[in-house]
Amino acid sequence: MRIGPVGFRVGSDWRAPIAELERLYADYPVPEGGIPDFNVRLFAARPWRRLLRPAVVLGGDFVLPEAAPLPLAQGLLAAEMAMNLQMALGQRRYLLLHASAVERDGRALLMTGLSGAGKSTLAALLAARGWRLMGDEFALVDPASGLIHAFPRLVSLKNEAIEVVRAAVPGGRFGPLIAGTPKGDIRHLVPQTQSIARMAEPAQPALILFPRFGFEPAQRALRASEVFVRLTQASTNYVALGERGFEAMVRLVREVPARAIDYPNADAALAQVEALWGES
Amino acid sequence: MGRVVNDAMPLVRALRDPASTGTLDAAGWTALLAMARAEQLIGTLACRLDGLPMPAAAKRILAEARSSAIEQRRAALWEAEAARRSLVGLDCPIVLLKGTAFAAAGLTAGLGRSIGDLDILVPRERIAEVEAALLAAGWEWVKPDPYDDAYYRKWMHELPPLIHRERDRMIDVHHTILPLTAKPTPDASALFAESAALENGLRVLSPNDMIVHAAAHLFADGELAGGLRNLWDIHCLITEFGSDGLAARAERHQLGDAVARALRQANDLYGTPIPESRRTRDRADRLYRRRLLARDGWGRPTQRVLRFGFFVRSHWLRMPPAMLGRHLWTKWRKGHRPA
Repeated sequence: MRIGPVGFRVGSDWRAPIAELERLYADYPVPEGGIPDFNVRLFAARPWRRLLRPAVVLGGDFVLPEAAPLPLAQGLLAAEMAMNLQMALGQRRYLLLHASAVERDGRALLMTGLSGAGKSTLAALLAARGWRLMGDEFALVDPASGLIHAFPRLVSLKNEAIEVVRAAVPGGRFGPLIAGTPKGDIRHLVPQTQSIARMAEPAQPALILFPRFGFEPAQRALRASEVFVRLTQASTNYVALGERGFEAMVRLVREVPARAIDYPNADAALAQVEALWGES
Repeated sequence: MGRVVNDAMPLVRALRDPASTGTLDAAGWTALLAMARAEQLIGTLACRLDGLPMPAAAKRILAEARSSAIEQRRAALWEAEAARRSLVGLDCPIVLLKGTAFAAAGLTAGLGRSIGDLDILVPRERIAEVEAALLAAGWEWVKPDPYDDAYYRKWMHELPPLIHRERDRMIDVHHTILPLTAKPTPDASALFAESAALENGLRVLSPNDMIVHAAAHLFADGELAGGLRNLWDIHCLITEFGSDGLAARAERHQLGDAVARALRQANDLYGTPIPESRRTRDRADRLYRRRLLARDGWGRPTQRVLRFGFFVRSHWLRMPPAMLGRHLWTKWRKGHRPA
């Protein structure tokens, strides 16, 4: 399958995770020229673990030796994690930001923060209000042009966010509820049609937000130095890209305004985002 | 090309004869790129195929691999420079080994090569000073296990690996090229005597010693993991420098057999030019070849039994039986299982 500009080939010792991927990624194209950028392999740690207490090891071109196997019931999550891992460890064409991205009028809004800050949730909610979802996990910065490229994989919703988004996206196509993962309950949402149909369209970055969930509404402007440090921490390949990465990062920080926002609930966050977007 | 790819021959063919990739279809490219990544040869492959016609996706992926290799080279040379600065006060010869040496000396073996840790060789009698200087300059021990630490210090040819706390890069400080427990005893002082100084004062081994070291690493020490890359190094070194005087040099380091096998395998797989007289194969060559090629079109290791056999052999080569028994017992108790 192809997600944005990146092609994947996923193989598995079991049929089930592949069947779920085929269903949820049905609208996605195949890799360019049939040649994927990355391979993902879901395999049994020992031959007998295919059948007996089946445990899925995350394999692929790039692996973390310490990644723990997941039970087969979480096979879809394993596939998603392994695909993310290929990007995080192997992507060298784009500067990778651990951020969600949505687009309106050809301009992109990036949201980044620690796990639980609400970047996936806010991106899904903005998409429900007509924004184009460019991705909930990684934003790809093209070092040559400074444009943001989309990586609209399945949106990964966790715990309370699942119900919030289900209420906001009534016709949404969801994956199975995956309970009891290391991060709690997880459910995947297929991005809307326009998100997939237009995934090859890049956008000019226009605003960077650092949301924090669970606080009274507040916002502050950030100095370029702080944005730079936070974004380098949010990038998995900044160091590996060397000078190209540095230049892309400097350009992004210099040209795009950034704000930190605190929010107590989704409605407050959406109002803050729309107001800041109007100013930017 | 619809057939299942169950060995790494497509990778070997592409390295040996880049134009042969002209006949690959999408599945063929996919398998080639997957196994090249798994064998850490994708940067090398990218340099070999540069400029040839190929599908756009393959071109893009290889262009990325090439720029990634350039970046790795830059980082590796910088790491060597950092080590040099930290050790400059000791006035001790520092010989770069493996990938960093190939890059620093501008050899074809360094083209596109992936480079991980920094490997250096210093005289054994200076190793305590070197360790102290590196610790003072920000490197830290990686192995927290006292058994591993003691094992390295007593029996290995290198210090326990150190990692730099800011740059997160490993350094392996060697004092010879094989574990002390292995049967052959290379002549470490000869390695220094024939080494050559680079402009910045760091040194590299003589070409023949580089070949001997690569062959020792491949056939007299490890379990042949990443063997195709090591063998490609050997192929490039012989193609660049020839093999004059190599046999005698190998004997001096008691590594005649390993070097002879390296020559045969390189000739067999990569078409490396070697003298006619050194092409007579032995019965084990076929097994080595199968082990070197044990990789499929998904980049997966294949040949479980053979791999395990070579894993066992690597231990057998490293230590005498009684010691091996003690070592395996200790490792098993600690929960280690071969992959």
